[in-house]
Amino acid sequence: MITIKKVSGGVSVPDKKHLSEDSPIEFPGIPQELVLFVSQHTGAPSRPVVKPKDAVKRGQIIAEPQGAISAALHAPTSGIIKSIEPRFHPVQGRMVDAIIMQPDGLHDDSGALAPIASNLDEIAPERLRETARQMGLVGLGGAAFPTDVKLTPPKDKPIDTYLLNGAECEPYLTADYRLMVEEPEKVVFGFRAFMKASGVRRGIVCIEDNKPKAIEALKHAIEPYDGIELAVLTSRYPRGGEKQLVQAVLGREVPPPPGLPLDVGVIVSNVGTAYAMAEGILEGLPLVERIVSVTGEGIKKPSNFRTLVGTPISFLIEKAGGYSGTPRKVIMGGPMMGMAVKEPDVPVLKGTSGVLVLSKEQVTEEPILPCVRCGKCVDACPMRLQPLWIAAYSERGLIDQAEDARAMDCCECGACAFVCPAKRPLVQWIKMAKNSISARRRAQRSQ
Amino acid sequence: MEDRLLITPAPHITSSKTIQGIMLDVVVSLVPASIAAVVIFGVRSLLIILVSVFSAVAAEAIYQKLFKKPLTINDMSATVTGLLLALTLPPNVPIWIPIIGSVFAIVIAKQIFGGLGTNFVNPALAGRAFVLAAWPLHMTHDWVTPMGYDALTGATPLAGFNGTGKTVLTLRELLLGLRAGSLGETCIIALLVGGIYLIARDVIDWRIPVGYLGTLALGTWIFGNPNGFFMGDWISGLFLGGAILGSFFMATDYVTSPVTRRGRLCMGIGAGVVTLLIRLWGSYPEGVTYAILFMNLVTPLIDKYIVPKYYGYAHDVQARKAATGGAK
Repeated sequence: MITIKKVSGGVSVPDKKHLSEDSPIEFPGIPQELVLFVSQHTGAPSRPVVKPKDAVKRGQIIAEPQGAISAALHAPTSGIIKSIEPRFHPVQGRMVDAIIMQPDGLHDDSGALAPIASNLDEIAPERLRETARQMGLVGLGGAAFPTDVKLTPPKDKPIDTYLLNGAECEPYLTADYRLMVEEPEKVVFGFRAFMKASGVRRGIVCIEDNKPKAIEALKHAIEPYDGIELAVLTSRYPRGGEKQLVQAVLGREVPPPPGLPLDVGVIVSNVGTAYAMAEGILEGLPLVERIVSVTGEGIKKPSNFRTLVGTPISFLIEKAGGYSGTPRKVIMGGPMMGMAVKEPDVPVLKGTSGVLVLSKEQVTEEPILPCVRCGKCVDACPMRLQPLWIAAYSERGLIDQAEDARAMDCCECGACAFVCPAKRPLVQWIKMAKNSISARRRAQRSQ
Repeated sequence: MEDRLLITPAPHITSSKTIQGIMLDVVVSLVPASIAAVVIFGVRSLLIILVSVFSAVAAEAIYQKLFKKPLTINDMSATVTGLLLALTLPPNVPIWIPIIGSVFAIVIAKQIFGGLGTNFVNPALAGRAFVLAAWPLHMTHDWVTPMGYDALTGATPLAGFNGTGKTVLTLRELLLGLRAGSLGETCIIALLVGGIYLIARDVIDWRIPVGYLGTLALGTWIFGNPNGFFMGDWISGLFLGGAILGSFFMATDYVTSPVTRRGRLCMGIGAGVVTLLIRLWGSYPEGVTYAILFMNLVTPLIDKYIVPKYYGYAHDVQARKAATGGAK
């Protein structure tokens, strides 16, 4: 087993996983309408290849990738394309083109799916990378970075280690956990496919110690394979952040932005992504569904759903028994980095790992007090920044100072705002500074 | 409005720690020392504490009313200021001293500079320094004999200790606080209980008191005996003055101490050095107040120069090295 190295910062958060960790993965059904944004990944939007009134089968491509960093989009079920129109994108916070689909309820995949192989020995690495691109695979941990790009590191960056991220350090969420407990073999199959596709010999499965069942399952599943090890992390937020994981497991630090794990010889993928890859190879199923935890104190029956991409979250909430009490906040993702939504009619994206409903009791609306410089945010920051100063500069519009204080290094994990006793929205201010700095850099480049 | 979903930025959960809760913890941590003060020096101590706290809170409320600012006495920081000031006063001070001290602490040291979070010196210590400078006789001669116990009276026992490196007090007397001194500084056991409570509750960083007391003990051991080096009675050095009270409860004030761990260690060591300088070679018997005030002023400098190395820093160093190497 891997010895865990010293990690900077972090906070202990109430994990609240008990709400949904024992709910097996279920299929919630097919909603009346699916909303499929052409942009649900990092990179260029995909280009629709269907027209309104077209009939599509489950797994059929409906939008193709444009450019090197992009991802294809497929029909999650069979039905008719209703329209292609702008809808409100819950993560980007603006109107984005979406393919609107009306399912026919048959879930017909005849002719659309073709298994690639049943054994990894039968497939060449190139074919695996191609499969990842064809199936529109993106990182399911949240950032939704196209997987085929990750699997093709530049020649001058030798990769020695592949990390499989099963830390799931966001409180409440149990999607990755359920996959590890229920489908450890497929997860490891997908992981081995990633290792083969990228030519990496050494693999490490990383899990937080608050998930003993998942550790047990994965330990068993990796046993037959040489070169795959297990790393058990102490649970402390944000251990599962890519950079934090590389630091904890390998003792390496990723260079500051735009540095990537591959700059220090590492690729990191989420267990959900590995599982999707396995499904792509074994069933020929493109990335059209994912596991979504629907949980929180504001949900009657916290559940883990195998959800069709594009399903409105209101549908999932209803299938999870509906609200218990009056909901105060509905969040896409986890409580630390998720996005609060105005209306629960927004659809699940490829990167949506959870729907969290908090009722009044969990949502503290405390007044924002002045910063007392207690330094708790400094101790908590996993990037070893000083959030209080960056936020203070940002609040005063001092963009140069915010940049000098390394605002751009912020990974927006929220640890600082979590510990702040004055309840200051530090992340929001830092994000504002980052936006201004990015806008200025773009303007300078275009001159 | 109630039925609408709330839209606020992440994170959507926060820790249970609040400013008010932290201030309450500080008040709780000072309860043992306050009780000890009443037991050792009599009921008049309670009067001084109550008057000081009430004056501080009233001063804050009246100032904020007058200048039409939001009322913030609920954050309890004024309560803490009033309480801390009281504990630094001699048991026999006239009752108007805590009033003036508290008003000065709150109005001049805190509110004029913008209130909570923007003062640059510890308000309680600023209040104490003010009354010490204005009415030195009351502040240095109003000692009383504890519990009718036959101890040194007149000046603080620290004054004699600084000159001779000796004290007549036994360790038991020192720990229980059976000596002349300020209200809340003498009972070491009560102070340590409160200090450890604050560290355990993650309210204060141990680096400040440990850095401070460690430096003071070491320095007293080396230089504290006029007959030679490495002979000083460092235990009495720690327990005889206000160093325990100051290092756990005053130097750790968030607003006026550094934000980084290493910075806080520096603050502690610095305060220890300045205390030593004042005690051993200065004209004041006690240096804790001025040492901490001095380090309050140095805090912005510490925060400017002691900065954590950001994640991935080593790569930038390497890149810079490679760049300069290439230029040659």
